[in-house]
This record gives sequence, C-alpha cells and structure tokens, in this order.
Amino acid sequence: MAVLVIADHDNSTIKGATLNAITAAGQLGEVDVLVAGENCQAAADAAAAIQGVAKIRMADNAAYGNALAEPVSALIVSLAGDYSHIVAPHTTSGKNIAPRVAALLDVVQISDVMEIKDAKTFVRPIYAGNALATVQTQDPKMVITVRGTAFTKAEDAGGSVTIEAVEAASDPGLSSFVGADLTKSERPDLTAARIVVSGGRGLQSGDNFPLVEAVADRLGAAVGASRAAVDAGYVPNDYQVGQTGKVVAPELYVAVGISGAIQHLAGMKDSKVIVAINKDEDAPIFQVADYGLVGDLFEEMPKLAAELDKQDIKPR
Amino acid sequence: MKVLVAVKRVIDYNVKVRVKGDKTGVETANVKMSMNPFDEIAVEEALRLREAGTASEVIAVSMGEAKCSETIRTALAMGADRGIHVLTDLEPQPLAVAKLMKAIVEKENPELVILGKQAIDDDCSQTGQMLAALLGWSQGTFASKVVIADGTANVTREVDGGLETVALKMPVVVTTDLRLNEPRYASLPNIMKAKKKIIDQFTPEDLGVDATPRLITLQVDEPPPRIGGGKVADVAELVDKLKNEAGVI
Repeated sequence: MAVLVIADHDNSTIKGATLNAITAAGQLGEVDVLVAGENCQAAADAAAAIQGVAKIRMADNAAYGNALAEPVSALIVSLAGDYSHIVAPHTTSGKNIAPRVAALLDVVQISDVMEIKDAKTFVRPIYAGNALATVQTQDPKMVITVRGTAFTKAEDAGGSVTIEAVEAASDPGLSSFVGADLTKSERPDLTAARIVVSGGRGLQSGDNFPLVEAVADRLGAAVGASRAAVDAGYVPNDYQVGQTGKVVAPELYVAVGISGAIQHLAGMKDSKVIVAINKDEDAPIFQVADYGLVGDLFEEMPKLAAELDKQDIKPR
Repeated sequence: MKVLVAVKRVIDYNVKVRVKGDKTGVETANVKMSMNPFDEIAVEEALRLREAGTASEVIAVSMGEAKCSETIRTALAMGADRGIHVLTDLEPQPLAVAKLMKAIVEKENPELVILGKQAIDDDCSQTGQMLAALLGWSQGTFASKVVIADGTANVTREVDGGLETVALKMPVVVTTDLRLNEPRYASLPNIMKAKKKIIDQFTPEDLGVDATPRLITLQVDEPPPRIGGGKVADVAELVDKLKNEAGVI
C-alpha cells in the first residue's frame, strides 16, 4: 500500500521539512503527497517537481487555506483508506493535524520519528532526546510525524508527476482563521539554515541581540535563542531552539550566552560543529562544544565580527 | 462553565534521566517526580479563568498509578476545586488517555479542557488533539493566549513562523505553550486546604475504556554521546579552526 505525506506549505511554496518527510516516507512505500490549501496550485506544482513522489493529490478549497486542523483532518481521514501510513513533518502544523487524524482513525501516532526500522517499527526520542525508544505497533494503519534533521531532503526539482484534484470533505465548521503575526526576516529559516547563531539569557536584553545578528549576517546564518531568552521577551517565540521549540542540526551552531540546559541541548546537539561563547567556564554547554571560548560575550562578539571581516569570511 | 485540566506525573525537568541497564526504559526509582511543566501552565490558566468569573469550577484529572494522586493534590493546592484520578498500572499512552478523558468529559460536561502541549517524558504532543477529535470539538493547540467570549474561544497559537490566532466554537480543547502564563506556587495554607479536597477515583473498566497500550516499546537506548570540551584561546583561533580544521565557514 502507498504512503500519504501531508505537505506543510503556504499555498505557494512547499516548506523544507516536507522534503525530509518525503524521504522518510519513501522507506515505507510509494509516496503520494497531499497539498490541501486554497489557491494552492503553485504549491502543488512545486510538490510535483519533488523527486521520489508518485502523485500529488490536491484539495483546493477555502476551508483549507490556513491549514486548520478540524477541516484538514476530516479531509485526510476521507483519503486514508488508500494508505498504509500517513506521514507528516514534525512541524507545528504536522503536530497540530496528525494526532487528530490518528484519533479519528482509532490508531496510535508515532511522533518525531528519527529512524524507520521497518513498516511497523520506529526509533523516536523521549526525555528531550536523552533516551531513544524503539517502538512498534500492530495497528492497521500508522500515523507518524518525522524529525526533519534525521532524514535527508528529497530533491525538490526534476520530478514531474500528475496532480490529481480531490474532493473537499465536509468541513466540521468548528474553527476559523483570524490572523497571523509572522516574524519577517531576510535570514534563512532556522530549521533549514547551514549555520545557526543563538543567543541566551547572557545577552541580558533584546537590545543586545544585534551582537548575535552581526555575527550571523557575516556567516549567512539563521538566528535562534534559548527558552530563557524567549521567555524574557528578547526575541519572538519562533526563535526557540530546544525540546519544546525547534530542533536544528546545522553544520555549525554557535551558542552565545547560553548555559546549556538539557532542554536546549535537546534541540541542537546533533549539529555537526558546536561553538560556545560563555563567561562561565563551568557552563554545561562547553561539554558538548567542539570549540569553547570562555569570555564575556559583550567583548568577544564584536571581536568575532571584526575577525570574520579581517579574514574575509563571507556567507557561502 | 466547568473547566477540566489534565495533569501528568513525570520525572522532574531538572533530573538528568538515565537509561536502565537492561534497556527496558529509564531509571525511575528514587527519582524526583513532578507535575509536567506544561500542565502547571494549564492549571494556572484554568484558575485565572475562574478568578475572572469565566469559569465556575476547575477539575484536575490524572491517569496512572496510585502516586498520580500526589500530582492531582498539587493541582488542588494551586487552587483547583476537586480531582479525578483514573487508577491504572498500564502506561498511559496518548490515545488511551484521550479515550479516558473523553469518558470523564461525558460525565462532567465541561466546556473547556486544558492540557499541556506535550509531556516532557514521552514528548508525544498528541493527547489534546486526540481528545478534541474523539469529542468532535475544536482544538487550540500550543496556545500563548486564550480569550473566551460569546461561545467562542480566540486562541493565539505559537507556530513555526511566529503567532497565529484562530476563532474556535465552544466547547474547546486547548493545549498550552510556555508563554501562556507563569504558574503560581501553592501557598502553605492552600497546601493544607488541598488535603481536604475530594479526589474521585475510577478505573478504565469503570469508564468502559480499553486502556491497553498499543505502542510497544521494544528497547530504550542511550543516544550516542557527543564528545565536546574543546577550547580555543581567542576569536582569532576560533575563526582559524572553523575555517581550516572544521571547514564550516
């Protein structure tokens, strides 16, 4: 039986985490991708170009324009009969919709899958990634969400598959979209960036975040933050890296003024290279850092920016 | 309006968990247990709604072994009015908990159920959405603001790109994110008062729910350790290492 991947998209483009989910789904069977949206032809066209996909199923209806869980789940359930697995990226949208689908189908959901052992057996993190559980279910269908950083991205060009229109399911009429306040940034997306520079409570104020941004921009990096920095209001919630925020695994992660609570490490410890800049030499972040610099960030960050200029380091 | 709040007993967030030698799970003997932090936020939100006159009664519900009553007692000490404990030695998995919660909802008829967005032990982030599905209710997940008026809950949600607001028809299931509120500490007089509050007890059989876990854990492993601890003397050495040794810039 085929596998249905629920695309995370904004009606015009497909979000990167969908590409990782498609790679994971490919290990389970032939992959169809559902693009449910409103005026979402551009997103469906983009999905049709992804390699490793058999066909696109597009549901274009006003009810799906903002990915509200209630109507979208009803739609997925109406299509579920054709599929052995329903796969979504472990993004806020996937996490919102997938459990609702699973409960409507009366099957378990397996969240944040890092490895697929076989069609019924999966590895997933528990306790903020401090343990990895191998889990199995005999349920007739499986709903899973996929950890993006654990699977490579499917190629998003070169494919050309059929886009099949599907009927809208009846909208339960429980919810409506009021508005969004999305962070606008010229920087790369946190979960997709090759380099991430994150700031913590050590910055003492949101007014000092430009110290982080100055280094990030010289490297073409995304900017992240610890929970402490978000709770203190230095930066918006979508900057948060950690157990309950975003999980990132860039080639380079620079932690600035972050002590390294296990909840933060959960979100970044799979990064290829970790740099820590902190004045407390006993901070736990140094235990996971490849390159630790003990020093006052207010002195070191301007020096680092100057050194990058001196050595003519540019974003790749 | 009655409000139901789900509270889970988990290993305290400050504890560094250790995988058992036989790989069947993590060490829980002699480990500090606490209420799931997101559930504290859920209790706080319910109490604030009662204090604002929007809610009339706050009921704290927990599923699991006998000691879960301590977690309910913590919610009562924060100010919840009474508790319900579904007593079972089975591992409380999200789908089963959602079914048990549905049965409690059908007994109590609340208009609002608040749960944490995830439990910090299994990190599933499923139960609230599943409960909403089973009840046929709307869901406001990862909430950072909840405003209830005229049969509608306006819920502001923390999403990957920032914030979004949805209008949800009551009754509704809400799951809490970190910025919804800052939970209160229980005062000593309230801890004393909580000892007299009622906790009703049911079993899954009483509620007609099969709570058998359907996800079987075959094995639990330690993640591969990360070898860190390297130091550099100054930013010049740092940039040099990143460029020439790691090759990442």
